[in-house]
Amino acid sequence: MSTAITDTSLKAKPSDRLFKWVEPTKFEHNVATRENKWIKIAVISMGLSFFALFLLLPLIAVFSEALRKGFGVYWLALTDADALSAVRLTLLAASIAVPLNLVFGVAAAWAIAKFEFKGKQLLITFIDLPFSVSPVIVGLVYVLVFGVNGWFGEWLVANDVKIIFAVPGIVLATIFVTFPFVARELIPLMQAQGKEEEEAAVVLGAGGWQTFWYVTLPNIKWGLLYGVILCNARAMGEFGAVSVVSGHIRGQTNTLPLHVEILYNEYNFAAAFAVASLLALLALVTLVLKTWVEHRADTNASAH
Amino acid sequence: MSIEVKNLHKQFGSFTALDDISLNFPSGELVALLGPSGCGKTTLLRIIAGLDQADSGSVILEGDDASATHVRERQVGFVFQHYALFKHMTVFDNVAFGLRMKPRKTRPSEKVIAEKVHRLLELVQLDWLADRFPSQLSGGQRQRIALARALAVEPRVLLLDEPFGALDAKVRKELRRWLRKLHDELHITSIFVTHDQEEALEVADRVVMMDHGKVEQVGTPDEVYNHPETPFVYGFLGSVNLFHGRVDDGHLHIGDDVIHNQGENYEHGSEVYAFARPHELEIVTDNQQVNGLSAKVNRVLSFGLNSRVELDGINSAAGQHFEVELSPQRVDELSLTSGQIVKLVPSKLKLFHRDSINKDSLA
Repeated sequence: MSTAITDTSLKAKPSDRLFKWVEPTKFEHNVATRENKWIKIAVISMGLSFFALFLLLPLIAVFSEALRKGFGVYWLALTDADALSAVRLTLLAASIAVPLNLVFGVAAAWAIAKFEFKGKQLLITFIDLPFSVSPVIVGLVYVLVFGVNGWFGEWLVANDVKIIFAVPGIVLATIFVTFPFVARELIPLMQAQGKEEEEAAVVLGAGGWQTFWYVTLPNIKWGLLYGVILCNARAMGEFGAVSVVSGHIRGQTNTLPLHVEILYNEYNFAAAFAVASLLALLALVTLVLKTWVEHRADTNASAH
Repeated sequence: MSIEVKNLHKQFGSFTALDDISLNFPSGELVALLGPSGCGKTTLLRIIAGLDQADSGSVILEGDDASATHVRERQVGFVFQHYALFKHMTVFDNVAFGLRMKPRKTRPSEKVIAEKVHRLLELVQLDWLADRFPSQLSGGQRQRIALARALAVEPRVLLLDEPFGALDAKVRKELRRWLRKLHDELHITSIFVTHDQEEALEVADRVVMMDHGKVEQVGTPDEVYNHPETPFVYGFLGSVNLFHGRVDDGHLHIGDDVIHNQGENYEHGSEVYAFARPHELEIVTDNQQVNGLSAKVNRVLSFGLNSRVELDGINSAAGQHFEVELSPQRVDELSLTSGQIVKLVPSKLKLFHRDSINKDSLA
């Protein structure tokens, strides 16, 4: 039973699971199901060349362009004061947005999966809003609301609070854009798990926090980690929304992706690619972490 | 501890799950809530536990109205159909959970907890599994662990929701006997929900029969089986033969057939349903016999202790099927052949007024 539950929960994750369950060799060995050799070669080579052309090549290009003028230039571009400030700001925005979305996401998923209330469907729809709306719109909306000429503009100016073209705006935009990652990951997982274990805990005398901490959280930890990793990747890589609200002030309101753009527009290709390579590295680290978490969740599912 | 529920009503949209239920569960008894799925038995159990809220009515635990008491203060033990064991905890940690969640003031020390957990695991005869995870256990073992976990907090009542529903037939039978034995040792007031009549009759001190959110009958297994008060109970407990007829002058008329001396207390012309269990029907092959309902022999199944004869209704009872249980010797004596027309004579027949019957409950 327990494995059946975890299996459905894992279906929510897009991954290469298909290949784990269906052994390709089975079909290969069977004359009745074996495909023509040429079809096989054609399909495989199509897949591989697509991958090489659109994924691998650009990735290699980023690193080769970054290192074209030697490691010294590469290192200088990364340790440049503006670049370091962009790194700091990116880390800051992510370190605020990710924990907040972790809390929001868990709360929203908990509410949706474990309780019945009016407007639940509406809430689910709203959680997806950041995925469906263009990030640029998000930025513009924030400018409209918090900008100098926006709804709260006068009050903000009067009280000397800067949101747009300042760090708070960047953080807000990042939170908005990355909101669905954790919730989206957890909702199907928690729904599949049902609420029997929580009910069992409450009947045994556990309080609300105890139930969450000792029963719910351990059951969702891998899904949660997965969501957090994706959320973090997006938070650090977000361009559109942040670009609108940032104001592109060097050394102050530039995040890494914005810094790449500025350097590129200044024809400073080596530096632009050097900074871009940081983001590419982040993507690779994310992928490795993601695979590791999936693997852990898998072994956990089969062990438990 | 005694449990009482008064005028419980629960509605899910347009579906009435509980319709004015009042029941009394005396202290120390093992009571079965028995009924088909959707009859409201699980809802009733969950309301007693506090996991669901009734729309109106009250739950009285040991004389105190507990309707507003939070689940975690009701001191009930609950066993779920699908065990609901904590997947990420060992068997030991599962059983210890309730004790560890107690407020610091009343929480026993780890040493006391360990002793208690091992005692409980011995009680359910699974002490050797303490370090395993739930996924490494069989269904029957899991449910025993779930029971040990529920007992750890020394609940005042034990509520079991289809505890053996997810297990295969053999294990179910073993656990049934084992639960009865356990109850005889602990004497804790227990209610268990089941849709399996055999399980209810075999295990419980008393059976509460439910259908469509209403209580149909309450009684000992013997009472509900041998003296069903309603057509539903008759139909639900064991197989039964049903006849549609009319009472005239103290005889039951079914189409052109007459069954003598039935329904003396019924008014002339009453429309009735008549019930007889398979072993309460006798087959008569004598064509001159007037008394009895005509039927056509379809098949004779002679295996097991008793032989069963399947018959098809003819004339007014066409389309109906009957079943008669006879001793193998009797079947030999009769030497029935397929297609033979015989008479069915009931040794015992229970009549109900036709208009008193909810049509669905006969299904």
